[in-house]
Order: sequence, then structure tokens, then C-alpha cells
Amino acid sequence: MPTYRPGPVSLALAVLVALFLLMPLLAVIPVSLTPSRMLTMPTGELSLRHYRSLIEDPRWLESILLSLRIGVVSSILSTALALTFSLGVWMFQPRFTAALVGFVLLPMVVPPVVSAVTLYFLLTSVSGLTSFFGYDTWLGVAMAHSVMTVPFATVLILVSLSQLDRRIDLAARGLGASVWERATRVIMPNIKFGIVTAALLSFVLSWEEIGVTLFITSVNAITLPRLMWMGLRDNIDPAIAALSVILIVITVLVLAVRSVITRQKASP
Amino acid sequence: MRGTLSDRMGAAVLMAPLLLFLILAYAWPFLGVVKWSFTLPTPGLGQYHALLTDELVQSVFIRTLRIAAIVTLVSVTAAYAITVVWVRGSPVQRVLAEFCILVPFWISVLTRAFGWVALLSNRGLINTWLQSIGFISEPLTLVRNEFGVIVGMSHFLIPFAVFPLASAMRSLDERVLLAARGLGSSRMRTFWTVFVPMTRSGIIGSAMITFVFSLGFFVTPAILGGGRSVMIAELIYLRIFQSPDWGLGAAISVVLVVFVGALMALLFRYVKPKQLV
Repeated sequence: MPTYRPGPVSLALAVLVALFLLMPLLAVIPVSLTPSRMLTMPTGELSLRHYRSLIEDPRWLESILLSLRIGVVSSILSTALALTFSLGVWMFQPRFTAALVGFVLLPMVVPPVVSAVTLYFLLTSVSGLTSFFGYDTWLGVAMAHSVMTVPFATVLILVSLSQLDRRIDLAARGLGASVWERATRVIMPNIKFGIVTAALLSFVLSWEEIGVTLFITSVNAITLPRLMWMGLRDNIDPAIAALSVILIVITVLVLAVRSVITRQKASP
Repeated sequence: MRGTLSDRMGAAVLMAPLLLFLILAYAWPFLGVVKWSFTLPTPGLGQYHALLTDELVQSVFIRTLRIAAIVTLVSVTAAYAITVVWVRGSPVQRVLAEFCILVPFWISVLTRAFGWVALLSNRGLINTWLQSIGFISEPLTLVRNEFGVIVGMSHFLIPFAVFPLASAMRSLDERVLLAARGLGSSRMRTFWTVFVPMTRSGIIGSAMITFVFSLGFFVTPAILGGGRSVMIAELIYLRIFQSPDWGLGAAISVVLVVFVGALMALLFRYVKPKQLV
């Protein structure tokens, strides 16, 4: 427990920053309720028409489904790759581990726009080979998202492995367990929470990915952020406000549930 | 224990899939981009020469550096103010501060940029309100300029700036603060002469992360700048998709990576990676 508490000046400044952080999130609420077809503040009358258009307009529904599919596929791919890699690092501690982990983390530290150009190069190069994989295909987007999310998944799984007691693995090994048995029956059950978190984070990052997606899609693979982007650049569509409100509410709910769970874990 | 044949086999089998995936899907195409920068439209160093002489490209670089510097200053200062309360506040204050940091952190960059459009545009919340109380007659121009870009980027980066600061403030020895107060130093003086210097590594880490992130920013400047204050990332996009000048786009990308790599190397000379989370 810190005994040195912030004084009134600190508190006042922190409140200002907190307001700054929350302001744009609150601002979308009134806009989403405007009866007008343009981005304006509602004057008097409120309407839910923009929420209805999210369900009724097939474009929104289609891109929501596409983003879900891409998110699930890329999350499975990056979690599986991150898990096997991290198990290799933890179980065998090979030489050059630091360099190899550093290489895996590159897509996380390289400026996203450069990764976007790189993936654009890759997908346009393979586009000629097949019609279902390459530039502007959902599989291409899923693969590109995996490249972008796999460093985050790896970090999360490596962190949860670093908190694992090596002696349980040594015991399993001493009792004659094979590498496969040690990995699947001893280590993985103990880092379940880390694996699930990695999969969820990969999904969320793919779900909201826009920087790379803009470079590798044009007319076919319109993910939800891509559709929002199109609506934001041209004539701003208040349906984006309605969608934003829904996304913000989901985020707040998930964070609230998570904080309740971690609090229960902390005080059993 | 380590280095037996079967161990090396096991490590290779487990680690190979991800390494192969990233070599094929990331390292190899990056080399392709480097190749573009030297071969398109004609082989040679022409694109790099253009980078050094083209006035448009240079003005974009200078604008990017300027905006990144301002955004870093704003974000680190703001993050410092809220981190103090998040780390050292009363339990209720800490929960509230955490909420205000994590909710924006988890919300997508598009939603957040859109929120600023809703607030700052000509018919947005702020202008509507200022006009309704008669404070102004004509709407203020708050977006589609550098002001909007700086506001939106700072908003995006404050949560990222918080984490290194929080880590530094958590590891700080509390007894030093109590000692300073016990020896009669005022709150203000303790803060500026004891607390702030002791969180120096956090400030450096936070400033570096914010600055590096701002250099490659794309979405927020593109939406809030409205094409009028183009930054490096948007310039790359325009060179590849609008003018098509892939060689120049690739050359700018290479320069950006080298610059960011140099900054990161500098960062790790002063701060250990562990202090950043």
C-alpha cells in the first residue's frame, strides 16, 4: 500500500487527462442518436435509425461476418505458431534464443506502415498463382493478420511460461514422459490462461486491424474496419457512430468482467 | 542436459513452423521491398536521390518529426499526471484511473479517431455548444489540420506512454519520499526534486515509445488531417496507391525502418526492455 498519496494538484491534473481520454468515446453517443442522415448533433428528436441500418444494410452484416471469420482463422494460426515456438524455447532453451525471439517480435516493432508495404508486396507477388489466396482475398488478409498478431501471442505465452515452475517438467521427464506428453499433459494445462489470452488478443487485434488491411484489400475483402474507413473518408455516415457505441459498450463490459475475475483470483 | 541430439531435434521441430512462416511471409517480402527501392522505375539509387532532393518528401519528413515531437511531449506529460494517480492513489482513485486508461487502450484506433471527428468537426459537439452559448459565431476549424492530428494522436498514445511510467513509479523506493517529507521538504519540492528524477528511466522509455509510434502513424493523421497534413506513413500509401510510384514508396519505407531501428538501438542503451512493460 503506498503511503505517499498524490496531492490535490496531481488529482486535478489527472482528472483533466481522464476527461480528455473519455471525451471522444462519450461524444459518439449523441451523434449515434441523430435522426439526420448526416453527422450532426441531434436537435430535439432522437432516433435509433442508424442502429437499425447496421442490421438492415447487408454491407455492414457481410463485413462483420468477414471480420469474424478472418479473426478466428488468424487467431488460431498465430496462437498455434506462437505456442509451438514458445514451447521449443522453454523446453530446450536452444542457443541464439534471444536473437530468434527478437526476429519473431519484428512485426510488432517495425512501423506498421512498413509491414503493410511488405505484406502488400507478398500478396501481390503470390496473387498470380491462385485465385483464392493473395491480394484482396480473405485468406490473404487472415495470413497477413497472423503475421501482425503472432509477436503479441508469443510474448503472452512466453510470459506465462516464465512463471511456470520448471520442477514439474523435470519430474515428468524423470518419470519417463516423452516430449509430446510433457508438452500436452504437463506444460500446456498449466499455461491454459496464457494460451486463451493470446488467442483472444490475436482475435481482437485482427478484428480491429486497419493499417495493413488498407494496403492489401480493395473491393472483395471488405473487413469491418475497412468499411468504417470508407465511411469515414467520404461522406461521414452516422451508422459508424452507432457501431462505435456498440463496440465501446462491449469493450467496457469485457473489461469489467475481466477485472471482477482477476479480483476474485487475487483474493480466494 | 542441454544440447543432446534429440533435444536439438525437438527444439527444431517446435520452433521451425513460426520461423519459417515469418521468413516466408515477412523477411523475404521485406527484402523484395528493399529491391523495389533500388530497381523501380529504373535500377540505381535514383529513389534515394529523390528522397534527398524532393521538396514535398522533405516537407513531409519535417512535418512528421515536428508532429511526433509535440505529440510525445503532450502524451508523456498527460500520461505522467494520470499514472501518478493510477500507481499511488487511493484504491478508488486507482480503479477509476485504470478504467480511464484501459478503456481507450482497447478501443480501435478508428473508433477513437471518429470520436474526435464527432467532437471537433464544424457541426461537432464543441462547435455546436460554443455557438449555442453565443461564444463564437463561425465554427472553429479544429480538424483537417495539424491541431486535430496532434489531439487524436496524443489521445491514442497516452495509454502506451502510461505503462513504462507506471513500471518506474511502482519500483520506486517509497521510503525516500517519506524521508524527504520528514526532513521538511514541501509536496511540490519532493515531487520535482525526488519523485520525478527517480522515474527518469520511465520517462525516457515512455518518450521513446511514443516518438517511435508517432513516426509510423497512419490512420489518425489520415482521418483527422483530412489530406492536409500528410505524414510519412500516408505519403507511402499515396505513393503506392495514387501516384503509383512504388520505388519511392519503398525507399521511404526503408529509410523509416532504418531510422526507427537506430532510435530503438539508442533506447535500449538507456533502458532495459523489462522496464518498458
